[in-house]
Formats: sequence, structure tokens, C-alpha cells
Amino acid sequence: MESGRLIAGLTRMVGDVGLAEELAQDALVIALEQWPSDGVPDGPGAWLMATAKHRAIDQIRRRQNYDRKLQEVGRWIEDAEPDPGDAVAEKLDDPVGDDLLRLIFMACHPTLSTEARVALTLRLLGGLSTDEIARAFLVPESTVAQRIVRAKRTIASATFELPPSAELQARLASVLEVVYLIFNEGYAATAGADWTRPALCQDALRLGRILAGLMPDQPEVYGLVALMELQASRLAARLGPDGEPVLLADQDRRRWDRLLIRRGLAALHNAERLGALGPYCLQASIAAVHAQAPSIADTDWVRIADLYTVLVHVWPSPVAELNRAVAVGRAHGPAAGLAIVDSLASEAALKDYALLPAVRADLLAELGRSDEARAEFERAASMTRNDRERALFQARAAQR
Amino acid sequence: MRYLVILKADAAPTNPPPELMEAIMRLGAEATSAGALLDTAGLAPSAAGARVELTGGSITVTDGPFAEAKELISYALYDVRSKEEAVEWSNRFLALHRDLWPGWEGQADVLKVFGPEDFAPQA
Repeated sequence: MESGRLIAGLTRMVGDVGLAEELAQDALVIALEQWPSDGVPDGPGAWLMATAKHRAIDQIRRRQNYDRKLQEVGRWIEDAEPDPGDAVAEKLDDPVGDDLLRLIFMACHPTLSTEARVALTLRLLGGLSTDEIARAFLVPESTVAQRIVRAKRTIASATFELPPSAELQARLASVLEVVYLIFNEGYAATAGADWTRPALCQDALRLGRILAGLMPDQPEVYGLVALMELQASRLAARLGPDGEPVLLADQDRRRWDRLLIRRGLAALHNAERLGALGPYCLQASIAAVHAQAPSIADTDWVRIADLYTVLVHVWPSPVAELNRAVAVGRAHGPAAGLAIVDSLASEAALKDYALLPAVRADLLAELGRSDEARAEFERAASMTRNDRERALFQARAAQR
Repeated sequence: MRYLVILKADAAPTNPPPELMEAIMRLGAEATSAGALLDTAGLAPSAAGARVELTGGSITVTDGPFAEAKELISYALYDVRSKEEAVEWSNRFLALHRDLWPGWEGQADVLKVFGPEDFAPQA
């Protein structure tokens, strides 16, 4: 996170996120060279900032000299011209927390594509290398590098300011979306050989916790943090001994992380105290019901179904509607759930969504319609791009 | 990944200076808002605790204090990207003691907590 802070402070100072990143890198490299022999300084963060600041002042001076030479030879430079270094040093005295928040809003700028926002956020705030981001999202490194370069170009003209209060909610939604996307890619990888990538969940959780520290009056930030803490509490239980996925119903709840559950419930409490019924708070409330249930059978499915009903009302989404179908199936019987699933059959957004046939298969199986269930599990297996998930669906099909 | 940091020291004859406690609170708040600190608390002297021991097939309970040279003073649970980061927070924690409680000596053991990353299937 130290690098995120550095980049944030430097961006405000030099007004260019790309240059700020280079300066931060330089400072980190100098630290790597000096610290092993000279020892770690007392305030490593301050040391890094000071070092980067010196490099920035050098750069600015050099650039100014260059500009001057380009201008007319023979024009006298006035002695009274203020030292650019002083102005820079003054700018650096602003509270760093605000800079970090500005950088987050900049990286998640709505003019950027979702992929670009995710890549830039992980690069600038998560401190991940392009190579690490590429591996996390299973795309070539050159693609990520290009995305980041283009993104930086796009936001170069954006002011390094917090969004005005009229835009804050919309801009915040964009930030939360990026953080949750990163979390979800770690929680249930859309493609590849592994079912989960805990490191991505960690990065997202950390970003969320930082955001909650920076914006303690925003209920949805707490809602998202609560949702991620509660879901992350199940990470260990979601993997079988050979890395195969274990679904909620089959998880050993003793392996749930009690500390994360406690933290998640505390964050949810904070969100509710601020009077929230936003989509992240609602999803966190649903996760909280699961987290406190001793078993899948002893879960308050009626409450979960009710929460999903509110959720699809404030945040209409076919995926949420599908989840509501699961809850309704548990609360009011598989036929009721199936009716909701069937109403989603023509939903274009779910055309390639493997969980649609998978959920349908589960409900059909409960209704004793085994042949149809098997066909649906097979369809789900053919649709997923995640190897582990495919194996799971194939196994379910074979059981019918 | 998580690291449990346990602070150990000889039992101190005096209470820590209030400036130190204040600085520790500030560092804790900073580590929390940086998303790194999950949980932390001080530990009462072992005189307030007990030891349950299994030796030679029998379980015995002994009230504190324990005979060891050092007392456990506090614990902190961090969620960080690397061991270096956990060491760094501990470094800052001990630097506060150095600067604000002259003569105090102690150690912070940084222990990795097993997590999902340790049980990931071998690809």
C-alpha cells in the first residue's frame, strides 16, 4: 500500500499519474539498493516520499530548463522566479489520505472501460505488476500493459480532485464495482484451472478496508466491506482437498473463518447504523444470514428470499433474480423456484451464464425430474470456462 | 496472508508512559485504515491467567504467574501481502517503544498464520 500512497501524493504534485508512478518506482528502487546496507530508516514511508519528492523536483527543474532552452536563447531568467521545489514541497503537506482517495476515484474514472479500471486500480493501488495482473485475469501481459497505457492517457486530462458532491454517489458506485469485481474474480474465477484465487480476494478486501477508512460516512462502502469479509470467511471451506469446489450446502461450516465473520457483521452493523438499504448492504445482509446459520437446513430461507426480493427491486439484475430463485426454492419449495428460473430463460444477459442451467438442474432434481436435471447439468458443464466448475457439473450430471 | 505478532518482554516495574499508549493507538488506527490490522489487544500479566498442561498422561491446571523469563504483552493480527510488510509494522511498533519508553527491551515474534494460500492445490 505504501506505493499507492506514494503514487497518490506524487500525482497531486506533478499532475500526471504516469510520471508519478515512475517516480514512486525510482524511490522504491533506491530503497532496495540502500536499505540492505544502510538499514531501514525510522519512517520508511516518509523516507520514500522525500526521495520521490527530490526526484520530482529534479525532473521538474530539468523539464523547466529544457523548456527554457527551447524558448528563446538570450532571454534572461529573472532571479525572483520562485523555486519550483518550494511549491512542490508545499503541495506535499496536504493530508495523504485525501490523495489516496483522489487516486482511487481517478483509477475508477467512469470514462474508462471496466477492464481498464480494474487493471489501473490493481496497478496503482494494489501495487501489482502488469505480469501479476495478466496472470490473475488470464490475459496476455501485453494486453494489460496496453490497457494501462491507454487508461493513463484517457485520464491524463482528468483533474486530480475528489468528485463534486452531486456526482459522488455515481462515482462511488463505479469504485465499489471495480473493487467487487476484483474480489469476485478471486472468489469464483470465471476461467482457468483454479476455482478460487485467494490473493485477488485479499487485494480487494484490503482496498475495501482502506476505502472504509477514508470514507467512514458512506454506508455502501461498509456494505461492500461486510459482503467481502463475510464471503471471504468461507474461502477455505469452498475448496476440497484436491482443489475442487465445495458449494455452500456441502461446506464444513467449522472451517469458516470466525474472525472474518465477526468483522463482516461489525461492518454491516456500521452500514445499518448509517441507514442503508443499498445493493451491497442487502447482499451483505444475505451473506450474514448464511454466516450465522448452523446448517443449510437451519437457514432462514424466508428471510433470504425476502432480502432478495428487496434487492432485485433496488438493483434489478438477472443474476440477483436467479439467486432469488434459489432462495425461494428453499423457502417455498422447488416448484416456486423453478417458476422464477423459467421466467429468466430468455434473458439475454444470462445467455452464457452456466449457473442458470445449473440452478435449474438442482430444482428439477429436487422435483424428481432426473432426466431433465441431467441434461441441464450437462449444459452447464458445456458453458463454463472454469475447469473445476466444469468437473463439478459433470459429476452432478453423472449422479442423476 | 495473515501474521500473528506477539510482543514479549520482561515484566516491567512501571506502567508504560501514556505518550507511548497514545502513539500505539495512533499506529493501530493507521494500520487499521490501511487495511492491514485485523485485530489487536493487550494481554494481562500471566498472574491473571492459568496453564493447562498434559504431561505423562495427566492434565493439570496451574494458576499463573508462569515461571518463564518473559511475559506475553500483546498480540496483533495482520493481513498483509508479505512477511516483509508484517515485519515493517512490527518495526514501527518497537520504534515507538524505543523512542517513548527509555530502557525498555522486548521482542515481537512475527508468526505466519496458515491460510488458504498454504493449502492451495499443487497445479
